[in-house]
Amino acid sequence: MQLGCDMIRPQLQLSCNILAPKPMLPEPALALSRPIELDNLTLGYDQHPAVHHLSLSIDPGSLLALVGPNGAGKSTLIKALAGQLRPLGGRLAGLERNRIAWLPQHSDLDRSFPITVRDMVALGLWHRVGALGRFSRAHHALCDEALDQVGLGGFERRGLDSLSGGQLQRALFARLILQDAPVVLLDEPFAAVDQRTTDDLLALLHRWQAQGRTVIVALHDLVQVRAHFPLTLLLARQCIAYGPTASVLTAEHWAQAHRLHEAFDDRAPPCPGVATSPWPPGREGPAHPVPAQHSQHPHPHSPRPAHPHPHRPTAEPAASA
Amino acid sequence: MTAPVWSALGPDGLVFALLIQPFAEFGFMQRALAGCLALSVSAAPVGVFLMLRRMSLTGDAMAHAILPGAAIGYLIAGLSLTAMTIGGIVAGLAVAISSGLVARNTVLREDTSLAAFYLLSLALGVLIVSVRGNSVDLLHVLFGTVLALDDAALTLLVGIAGVTLVSLTLLYRPLVLECLDPGFLRSVSHWSPVAHFGFMALLVINLVAGFHALGTLMAVGLMVLPAATARLWVRRLGALLLLAVLLALAACLMGLLISYHADWPTGPTIVLSLGAAYLLSMLLAPRGLVRHQHPGSRHRVA
Repeated sequence: MQLGCDMIRPQLQLSCNILAPKPMLPEPALALSRPIELDNLTLGYDQHPAVHHLSLSIDPGSLLALVGPNGAGKSTLIKALAGQLRPLGGRLAGLERNRIAWLPQHSDLDRSFPITVRDMVALGLWHRVGALGRFSRAHHALCDEALDQVGLGGFERRGLDSLSGGQLQRALFARLILQDAPVVLLDEPFAAVDQRTTDDLLALLHRWQAQGRTVIVALHDLVQVRAHFPLTLLLARQCIAYGPTASVLTAEHWAQAHRLHEAFDDRAPPCPGVATSPWPPGREGPAHPVPAQHSQHPHPHSPRPAHPHPHRPTAEPAASA
Repeated sequence: MTAPVWSALGPDGLVFALLIQPFAEFGFMQRALAGCLALSVSAAPVGVFLMLRRMSLTGDAMAHAILPGAAIGYLIAGLSLTAMTIGGIVAGLAVAISSGLVARNTVLREDTSLAAFYLLSLALGVLIVSVRGNSVDLLHVLFGTVLALDDAALTLLVGIAGVTLVSLTLLYRPLVLECLDPGFLRSVSHWSPVAHFGFMALLVINLVAGFHALGTLMAVGLMVLPAATARLWVRRLGALLLLAVLLALAACLMGLLISYHADWPTGPTIVLSLGAAYLLSMLLAPRGLVRHQHPGSRHRVA
């Protein structure tokens, strides 16, 4: 059963119009002017793919959940969207590097650093004040307002080291608010957070979407995904399904996702690429190893009709001559 | 009749003899004091950021890395301030830049790549010194000559202190963010390498300034110890920086006086004064060994 992104894409266009109606945009700057385009995108480390041959487009103003088993490549995709990982192959377009608010799953934040909550959160204003600009009274007001929005009013002068895990997550969301970016990328933001905090932060996600921002969240809790996310992308090292949440989160798709091999295999043969245009043998370049199991079966990618990859000449059979 | 206290403070009193007279009477003590003050003002803040970046031992490694450069400068031009300064800065920057590039572009982490490069630098320095068969006055380089600072050396110390303070002011926010959340800094700007390499350059020039006064190895003490001691007392970055500078200033003053009266080498005496403050703080400070472990039985309701 090969059910890939492309088979669902027609529905997607529809769903975006129905499920994610563009609200009145208060400021055009909050919304992207064009969709985020992933074209045959392959991401990974050391030539091993974490996600491969991903082709899809994410409309401005989407509230998109990224789900999949462990090792499916969710974090890798988020990192690449955030501009922190160079693709092994393919193309990623429609994103401006410094207009992205990104919260990684394991942030580098040093919680023992001697700084107040407000000063930490205020660094979300970097795009306004830069390295040298002064914090004005208005900036401080923005910080306090952001802290109020995440329920941390009164914590302004507390030290970062005095926050609990949930409070820290709220503070990091306040920093995201101040970043005021048209694209918000969150990697497992509710992993160690209680129900009340999760509810508060989910409300914030909806507010961001209502403002026209594109919000992409990697998640594990499928109940949450069904309740709050109009769109879902199911990943298992490749796109299993992408579209309206109800049509993506089916038992059949999950079974398919779990069949896919997780581990890197150093002896794996180079990936032949998309089924319709195999890489010429013996050529180096965009080829990368696939897990051994894959090689015994026909390549599991869905066929991609009428998409000749004009930007990658090596994909053309003639190039091997 | 004047009060006894007053007489003790007067020009013939004990306090005057102990604390003021050495500086009033001897030019070399005044120069040493001025040099140490300049060094404290710049090295202590650098030490605070070293501590917050968890790089305190990096200071020590870099001190070893600049030693061969200074020795080579000595071999080429003799006991020349310029040659040794340039040699030390070149060697230190070469090690800092190459280890930073390796850490940022390969699988190796900062500590490993730094260790690799500073050991290379040290081995190269020892080899060159041995092959040339010249008996370098290593004691000078190792333990400094704060009591023999000439005008040029003093100018260098003050100049380096000025450059450090201006650079720290400009780099303050990126540097704080590079310590606090480097991933975030990389995601919002291109300042991360500027902050890192700028800071390493400040570390190198301060170590070079330090070795003229205290010697390469003791110079690290003026960075690490005030920062560690201040951390036991205060919680905020601004207070940390201020207290570290004050501690360094006080220790320099005390070290100079003790070394003058007891005829001890100055560098180690200054560092030992800082060590005494550190150990005392362990006993007394709110976040030290005693009170941190035994906070008392009372606690607040919220």
